[in-house]
Amino acid sequence: MPNETNIEYHVSITTGNSEFLVKNLIEIESLSFKRGERVIYDNISLQIPAGKTTAVMGPSGIGKTTLLKLIGGQLRPDAGDIKFKQESIPSMSRSRLFKVRRQMSMLFQSGALFTEMSVFDNIAYPLREHTQLSEALIETVVLMKLQAVGLRGASKLMPSELSGGMARRAALARAIALDPELIMYDEPFAGQDPISMGVLVKLIKELNNALNLTSVVVTHDVTEVMSIADYVYILADKRIIGAGTPEQIRQSDSDLVQQFLQGKADGPVPFHYPANTLEQEFMGAN
Amino acid sequence: MEWLANLGKSTLDRFAAVGRASYVLAGSLIAVPQLKNVPLTIKQMYVVGVQSLSIIMVSGLFIGMVMALQGYTILVDYGAEGSLGPMVALSILRELGPVVTALLFAGRAGSALTAEIGLMKATEQLSSLEMMAIDPLRRIVAPRLWAGLLSMPMLTVIFSAVGILGGHLVGVEWLGVDAGSYWSIMQSTVEWNADVMNGVIKSIVFAFVVTWIAIFKGYDSVPTSEGISAATTQTVVYSSLAVLGLDFVLTAIMFGIE
Repeated sequence: MPNETNIEYHVSITTGNSEFLVKNLIEIESLSFKRGERVIYDNISLQIPAGKTTAVMGPSGIGKTTLLKLIGGQLRPDAGDIKFKQESIPSMSRSRLFKVRRQMSMLFQSGALFTEMSVFDNIAYPLREHTQLSEALIETVVLMKLQAVGLRGASKLMPSELSGGMARRAALARAIALDPELIMYDEPFAGQDPISMGVLVKLIKELNNALNLTSVVVTHDVTEVMSIADYVYILADKRIIGAGTPEQIRQSDSDLVQQFLQGKADGPVPFHYPANTLEQEFMGAN
Repeated sequence: MEWLANLGKSTLDRFAAVGRASYVLAGSLIAVPQLKNVPLTIKQMYVVGVQSLSIIMVSGLFIGMVMALQGYTILVDYGAEGSLGPMVALSILRELGPVVTALLFAGRAGSALTAEIGLMKATEQLSSLEMMAIDPLRRIVAPRLWAGLLSMPMLTVIFSAVGILGGHLVGVEWLGVDAGSYWSIMQSTVEWNADVMNGVIKSIVFAFVVTWIAIFKGYDSVPTSEGISAATTQTVVYSSLAVLGLDFVLTAIMFGIE
């Protein structure tokens, strides 16, 4: 088993005109994944550089959340490999996987706060489970995390009393409770009003810089994520159709990428679901 | 030929479900006992046990009263109304206590367990536990399984006790059967091992089956509103059928041909 702290794996990523050496936290190699008969991913490869914010974008229903579950080891790929710090996640034992998961964290779309406990207890939960800290120390840590997301005043509330944006911020505080190295955001902006959205964008950016986190943001909100991402992958049609810095992506000459970025109704992704012609439908086959 | 293929598919699906159910059971039962789970289990015992007390006691009372009423009208024709006590006690201790408690428990607590776990799955709470490196089978499912296993035999004993008192209420207080014969013939007829303990053993088996079905159906549910509603229905239907079927098997083993 490789020593966790001494892995220096360098891969060059070309950004604009300069080329720098970045350590990759996650490497996905020729991954294929099927749900039943439906192919979700067909032989995709991507890298998540350490300490950066990587965005994975794509139309709804493309299986972006599935990618995060694959990285988290909740699903197993049909082919290919996923490496977290050079260690293959699919071939880990369950106990090893649970150890590795303590270094990663995930912000679920719904927030997934535990409904029967207060905001404070929700954030204290991972600390109480995984550390031997005293209650006094746990209280300090929890309040600090809540302060970071601006919800220190809401620590006594129950999740049902929070607005959607506040719930997601509370969940974010819980996700950083154990100071993970990797945090995965599953559609963090979905269904948020402009103010909450702005708050979340700011938080993701600040946390990434302040805690030196590696962030993976899965989303289809183009504008928001392009403003904070260091690197962008666009998934569509079971494969990666575009990759690069936000600037490179904007200048991409792929029709599909442009349709996605500009939100055109028709293009390579057709407006009409495949069907007979109108004439056939209404006038009969003849 | 299509039906043959469908038959094969549904058979395979069923075997796969049994496999998944065994996985859930093994994952939650076979574990080093953790101190943290004790308060969680006690809390669940309150939810599934204490909160089921009222329905169990009211049902027990009425079943006992009906048994006494029915028994009396039959026995009095033969002048054997003195045997009302053992009749009520034996039918409740051996059959009605464990079976009716299990059916009520499936409807009252089993369905709630399924819906709760199913909703936790739908709202990604189970996934988020997994991602926090906490096994939901140990932390969420196991306390509920133990709570069901421990609560239902106790509920059965309470049901039987209240039922026998209900029989006393109707038989002795209302219909005028002699109180002395009601209790003394019951005492001399009912045996500790053959009757009381066999009823308790039945209820332990039912507790195991009903709770297992309930937690598995919740854990395995499709995380949508239809999925959870279907899972809840299945919990009640499957556990009721399992209880009635197993009751026959257990009765045949315990009280069958010597």
